[in-house]
Amino acid sequence: MSEVTNHSVLKGGAFIIQDSVAAETFIPEQLTEEQLMVKQTVQDFVRNEIDPIRNDLEKQKGNHNVALLEKLGELGLMGTHIPEEYGGSGMDTNTNTLICDALGPGGGFTVSFAVQTGIGMLPILYYGNEAQKQQYLPALVAGTLKACYCLTEPGSGSDALAAKTRADLTADGKHYVLNGQKMWISSAAFADIYIVFAKIGGTKFTGFIVPRGADGLTLGAEEDKLGIKSSPTRQVFFENVHVPVENVLGEIGKGHLIAFNVLNIGRFKLGALCLGGSKVVADSAVKHAVERQQFKQPIANFGAIQFKLAEMAIRNFAAESSQYRVSQLIQDRIAVLRAKGKSYADATLDAAEEYAIECSILKVAGSEALDYVVDENVQVHGGLGYSEEYGAARAYRDSRINRIYEGTNEINRLLTVDMLLKKAMKGQLDIVTPAWAVQKELTSMPSMTRPTGLYGEEKAAMKDFKKIILMVAGGAVKMQMDGKINLEKEQEILMNVADMMIESFNMESTLLRVEKLRLMEKEVSQEVYEAILKVVFADGTARMHKFATDAISSFAEGDLLKTFLMGVKRFTKYPAVNVKNMRRQIAGAMIERKAYCF
Amino acid sequence: MKIMVCVSKTPDTTAKISFNAANTEFNSAGVAYIMNPYDEWYALVRAVDLAKQFPGSTVTVVHVGRADSDQIIRKGLALEANDAVRIDADPHTALFTAKQLAEHARSKNYDLIFTGKETIDHNGSDVGAMLAEFLDLPFVSYASKMTVAGTTATIERDIEGGVEVVEVKLPFVVSAAKGMAEQRIPNMMGIMKAKNKPLAVVPPVAFTDKAKVTRFELPKAKSGVRMVSADEMDELVRLLHSEAKVI
Ligand SMILES: Cc1cc2nc3c(=O)[nH]c(=O)nc-3n(C[C@H](O)[C@H](O)[C@H](O)COP(=O)(O)OP(=O)(O)OC[C@H]3O[C@@H](n4cnc5c(N)ncnc54)[C@H](O)[C@@H]3O)c2cc1C
Repeated sequence: MSEVTNHSVLKGGAFIIQDSVAAETFIPEQLTEEQLMVKQTVQDFVRNEIDPIRNDLEKQKGNHNVALLEKLGELGLMGTHIPEEYGGSGMDTNTNTLICDALGPGGGFTVSFAVQTGIGMLPILYYGNEAQKQQYLPALVAGTLKACYCLTEPGSGSDALAAKTRADLTADGKHYVLNGQKMWISSAAFADIYIVFAKIGGTKFTGFIVPRGADGLTLGAEEDKLGIKSSPTRQVFFENVHVPVENVLGEIGKGHLIAFNVLNIGRFKLGALCLGGSKVVADSAVKHAVERQQFKQPIANFGAIQFKLAEMAIRNFAAESSQYRVSQLIQDRIAVLRAKGKSYADATLDAAEEYAIECSILKVAGSEALDYVVDENVQVHGGLGYSEEYGAARAYRDSRINRIYEGTNEINRLLTVDMLLKKAMKGQLDIVTPAWAVQKELTSMPSMTRPTGLYGEEKAAMKDFKKIILMVAGGAVKMQMDGKINLEKEQEILMNVADMMIESFNMESTLLRVEKLRLMEKEVSQEVYEAILKVVFADGTARMHKFATDAISSFAEGDLLKTFLMGVKRFTKYPAVNVKNMRRQIAGAMIERKAYCF
Repeated sequence: MKIMVCVSKTPDTTAKISFNAANTEFNSAGVAYIMNPYDEWYALVRAVDLAKQFPGSTVTVVHVGRADSDQIIRKGLALEANDAVRIDADPHTALFTAKQLAEHARSKNYDLIFTGKETIDHNGSDVGAMLAEFLDLPFVSYASKMTVAGTTATIERDIEGGVEVVEVKLPFVVSAAKGMAEQRIPNMMGIMKAKNKPLAVVPPVAFTDKAKVTRFELPKAKSGVRMVSADEMDELVRLLHSEAKVI
C-alpha cells in the first residue's frame, strides 16, 4: 500500500515558510479499497464488541478491557504498525491512522488500546534488544500479553525527567533494585509487563521492563476519575523490586529518548483517535437535531442549532485534513528512509521525529476540536445531554483527558514553538531569510489588487499568514537577542505563536483538501466544501489577527509596535463572507442526510 | 468439497430509502452498500468453516453485478473465500440473476451451493429456488443448521412453530438463515491476502427477462398511537371498525 506521492517534500515545520500543492497532498477521500475494508473491520468491532457493553465497561464490570484487547489481537489490529518478524503486519502509516480514526468512537477503551499499541509496545520495538523484541512483541501484538507505561509520578508530571523513582545495582551485578512510586498509570490494573522509568543511582534516567507479580510491586486503589472510567488507572509502588539486568530497556541513562520519542507517535495517534470520536459525536448531534421537535418543528430548523452543527463539521474537517496530510508526510518519509536501508522501526521513529512539530499540532487541534464538539453535542441534546442514560454526557467527560495526557496542550504548544526555533538554530530550517523578506515588505507599499485564480483569496491569505508568523516570531526572537525579553519567561507570547501555527496548519490543510476534492467525484457538492473552506478562513483570519496583535503588543512599543500592527492589518485581508449562509449550507447538507457526511 | 456462495449487494441497513420521480428506480445517491448480511454472516461463514472441515475444499464467491461491487466481493475474499467470480451485469430480477448464476455453475461441478435466505432489500427469497431449478438440483430453504458427513448433509430448517430436520445428498442448493453461523469480522491477515486472490470478471449469458419492476412504493408512514381509556370500550370498537377498518 506504500506509495510515495510527495515530490517537493515538505519537511517538518517547513509549512511556515513553504507552500504545498494540492495535487501532492494526501486526503482521506483517497483511501484505497483495501484500507476501507480495514476501516469497516474496525467499525464492525466497535459496533459488535464495544457498543453492546458500554455500560458495563463504564462501571468496570467484568474484565471487558482485557477481553477486547484480546479480540483486537485476534483480528490482527494491534500489530499493523509492527514488522512481520515480530508478529505484526507492518502496514503503512495511512492504514494505521485510519485504524485509530475508526476506533476513536470506542470511548475509554481506546485508552487501553493506545497504551497497548503505543506507549506499551513501542518502547520495546524502538529501543529493545533483539531478545526483548522476540520475547515480548509477538505476545503484545496478539494481545495475550498486556503492557502499561509508568513515567508519571506524584511529584513529576509535565516535568517527567524530575522523577524520583530510583534503581540501584545489587552487589552481585545481577539485578537493579527499584524504589519509588508512579501515578496515573493506565492499564496497570491488568498489565503483565510494566515499562518503568527510574534513575540508576538517582541520576541516570533509564527504562526497565518489570513483570507483573514481581516482589515488592503493588498497586494503589482504582482512581475515581472525571471520564474514561472504563480505562483503569492506578498508582504503582515499587519497594525493593528486583529486576534482572537483562530487563534494562535501551541504553543506561538514555531513558529520556524512549520517553520523549515514543510520545511523537503517541500524539499523532491521539489526534486520530480524537478525530474519529469527534465525527461520531457530531453524527449523533445531527441525528438528534433532526428528530427532536420543539415549537412544532425539528430543532435542526433553528439557526442557533445549525450554527453548532456546521461548526462541528468545520472543526472536524479541518482537523481531519491536517491529520491525513501529516500521515502521508510521515509515510513518505518512512519510505525514503527505508529505501536508504533503515529498518521499519528506525524509519518510523525518525519520520515521527522529523514531523514532531506537526504531531504536537495534531494533538492539540484534535483534542480541542473534540472538546468543542462534545460540549455542543450536550447542548444540542438539552436535558438528555445532561443525563447519564445517553451517550452525550459520557463523551463529554471522556473527551477532557485528551488535553491533559501525552503532554498537556500547554506543553505541546510550548514544544511547537521551541522545536521550530531549535530547527532554525540548527540550520535545518531557514526561517531567517524569509523573516527578513517580511521585514522588508513591511516598509514597502502594499499592493492594492486582489488576488485572482482558483481559490486565489485563500492562497493569498495563506501566504500572508505565514508572513505574520514570521513577523511575530522573528520580532520576538530579535527582542530576545537584543536582551530586551527572555522568551522562556514570556509564555503568553509563545502560546500566541503556537496558536498561529496551529491555526495556519489547519487552514492550509483544509484549503489543500478542498482544492483537491474539486476534481473528485463525491456525494456532497463542492459548494458545501467551499463553504467550509470560507468559514475556516474567515474565522481563522480573525483569530490570526487577534493572536498576532496580542503577541506584538506584549513585546513591542512605539514605532516598532505601529509597524507591526500595520503588518497585521496588511496580512489579514481575507474578505468578509456571509458566514451565516455558509454555515446553513454546511448544516443543511448533514440535516438532509441525517448524518455527519464529510 | 467445491463450494459456491452466491452473494449480493444491498443498501446498508441505515440507508435512506427513496425512489426517482417516476418511482421506477431506487435512488442510490449517497447510499452505502454492504454484502447482504444473510449471504455474508450465514452462508459464507458457514461455507468457509465447512471448507476447513474438509481439507482441500475451495469456496468460490459468485456475484452478479458491476465493478462497483468489487469492494463487497473483496470482503468475501477477506473472509477467507478462495476466489471470486463477478458476472458483469445488472441483477435486474431474481430470475435473471438465478439464470446467470446457474450458467456459471453448470460446468463447475460444485458440491454445494449457498445463497442467503433472502436479500434485505427486495426480500424475495427467490434466487435459491430458481437456481436449483435451472440446475435440476435439490433445494433446501431457510437452513439454520447444517452438518455434512460423507456425501450427505443434515439440515435443520426453521418452519412455522418448530424445526424440520432434512437429509439431502450432495450436490444441492441451500439458502442460509440465522443460526447457520455467527457474524465474523475480517481480520488483517484476511484483508491483506484478499487483494491477491483471483477475482474473475465474466460476461453474462443472453437472457430475456420474464418480469420487470414497474413501480416502487414506500410503506405508508405510521400514524401516531391513539390512547383509548379503559372505560371507553364502545369508542375503541368504533375506532377499530370505522377508522382502522380491521373489525
Ligand atoms: C487518566 C489519566 C491517565 C494517565 N495515564 C498515564 C500513563 O499510563 N502513564 C503515565 O506515565 N502517565 C499517565 N498519566 C499522566 C499524565 O501524562 C500527566 O497527568 C500529564 O503529563 C500532566 O502531568 P500532571 O498531572 O503532573 O500535571 P502538571 O504537570 O502538574 O500540570 C498542571 C498544569 O500546569 C501546566 N504546566 C506544567 N508545566 C508547565 C510549564 N513548564 N509551562 C506551562 N504550563 C505548565 C500544565 O499544562 C497543566 O495545565 C495519566 C493521567 C491521567 C489523568
